Amino acid sequence: MASSAAVLERPAGAASGRAGGALAKGVATGYLTLVVLLPLAALVWSSRADGAQAFWHQATRPEAISALKLSLGVAAVCALINAVAGTAIAWVLVRDRFPGKAAVDAVIDLPFALPTIVAGLTLLALYGPGGPFGVDVAFTRAGLLLALLFVTLPFVVRAVQPVLLELDTEMEEAAASLGAGSLAIFRRIVFPNLLPAILSGVALAFARAVGEFGAVVLISGNIPFRTEVSSVYIFGQLQSGNEGGAAAVSVVLLAISLGVLLLIGAFRRWRTRHDV
Amino acid sequence: MSRYVLRFGALGYLTLLLLVPVGFVFYRAFEHGIGPAWDAVSSQQAVHALELTLLMAAIAVPANTVFGVILALALVRSRFPGRGLVNAIVDLPLALSPVVVGLALFLLYGRGGWLGGLADHGIKILFAVPGMVLATMFVSLPFVVREVVPVLREIGTEQEQAAETLGASPFQTFWKITLPAIRWAVAYGVVLTTARAIGEFGAVSVVSGKIQGRTETLPLYVQAQFEQFDIQGAYAASVVLALIAIATVVALRVFHPREETS
Repeated sequence: MASSAAVLERPAGAASGRAGGALAKGVATGYLTLVVLLPLAALVWSSRADGAQAFWHQATRPEAISALKLSLGVAAVCALINAVAGTAIAWVLVRDRFPGKAAVDAVIDLPFALPTIVAGLTLLALYGPGGPFGVDVAFTRAGLLLALLFVTLPFVVRAVQPVLLELDTEMEEAAASLGAGSLAIFRRIVFPNLLPAILSGVALAFARAVGEFGAVVLISGNIPFRTEVSSVYIFGQLQSGNEGGAAAVSVVLLAISLGVLLLIGAFRRWRTRHDV
Repeated sequence: MSRYVLRFGALGYLTLLLLVPVGFVFYRAFEHGIGPAWDAVSSQQAVHALELTLLMAAIAVPANTVFGVILALALVRSRFPGRGLVNAIVDLPLALSPVVVGLALFLLYGRGGWLGGLADHGIKILFAVPGMVLATMFVSLPFVVREVVPVLREIGTEQEQAAETLGASPFQTFWKITLPAIRWAVAYGVVLTTARAIGEFGAVSVVSGKIQGRTETLPLYVQAQFEQFDIQGAYAASVVLALIAIATVVALRVFHPREETS
């Protein structure tokens, strides 16, 4: 993307840049600094205010480690389920035909639009104590997973859908005429084309799941060493006045988020390389 | 055969995970009729929470729309050192835990923070509306930028250059050429920004101090009512938020950038 875009953009940058461009750059970086960078810098600064040893001590407390492991583990399971379910849903939305498909397509965005605390409350009402199905996952890791699956549902679907839409069916038809079964066609032709999109969707879902707070705070019960995830741990530490402990774990989460974003950038470059 | 397995698998998953839970909240809210639900959402506390939520959106959405378009222009139309870094920072709010966002603001504007001195001059940021607005702006920042960037890239600069050759000022070029081309992407981004601004919970929860009737937004009100065993009130407020979410989903369909190419 970067290399082909550079060729297209250079003349424009030279022609229309100057005053307007410089102003846009200045305003843009100023806004970004004030809203995003300054708070994050303050966070990193505070986390190491008491020295590296204090930071290490706070970040490796047993409760903190346990919460972080749980966050990463549940997020990984959630991401895996999304990889399969999200791809299947995208396939059904693009290739299948049935009445009401447009409505189903619209519903996919609901988790993006619904406040996370409402998502948590609804799941607790249905799959919690006294729910109509007799299923009770409240205060369990299964409940945690359910909440994360709810809020991350759109990521893989919305990443895969446009790629699948543009994918030419000619190759698949050719393979079918040569006697390939539908599974072989998917594995050999469709899947390799979708893989970069699936991976970026999965990575975003993973990042979202690691840090999720609103959807899990009611359903997880927040039991230390059992169902307490990192975001809830940070909130708890702050409430009990341990700002250093909250900041240390936050910096770890910040590093994970940045790592995932870099990975997504790499997938994106991979995808565009395949396009050309 | 496999087509039907996939279709019913996918639809079943969506039904159990999304539709039934959201539908069930409506059922629980109106279980005892419209009256109790209406009483719950028209209480003074709930109305104040709704007003505050709308105020958050009314400030954060225009700010992120204007600056989002400027950011997108800077990212696509000019090259400068650190552009890749700016790109990553714009995406960060999508991947970062809202609690971390809240804590970062807390440490910046809190006692002993770099800008903690503002409070001594009567500028209250934490546990007040300005802090909550800053938290909302942080988490809803990427949406307009992310929608506008690909469209800017696709339309190229030929028309803008032509306008410039004909003597248009940069502002005229933007107003008459660029803006009409990106307007659907901006609209789509605005809808996403609004939804996020209204629904934000974690970041606002940390910086608001959750003072009832003062710094409680509607999502915070839902949690407060739930924890005070006013389940009816929590469901009723949830229904209001769910209706806003459904309106958002409909608006997303209307403004979908895909229409632009057709």
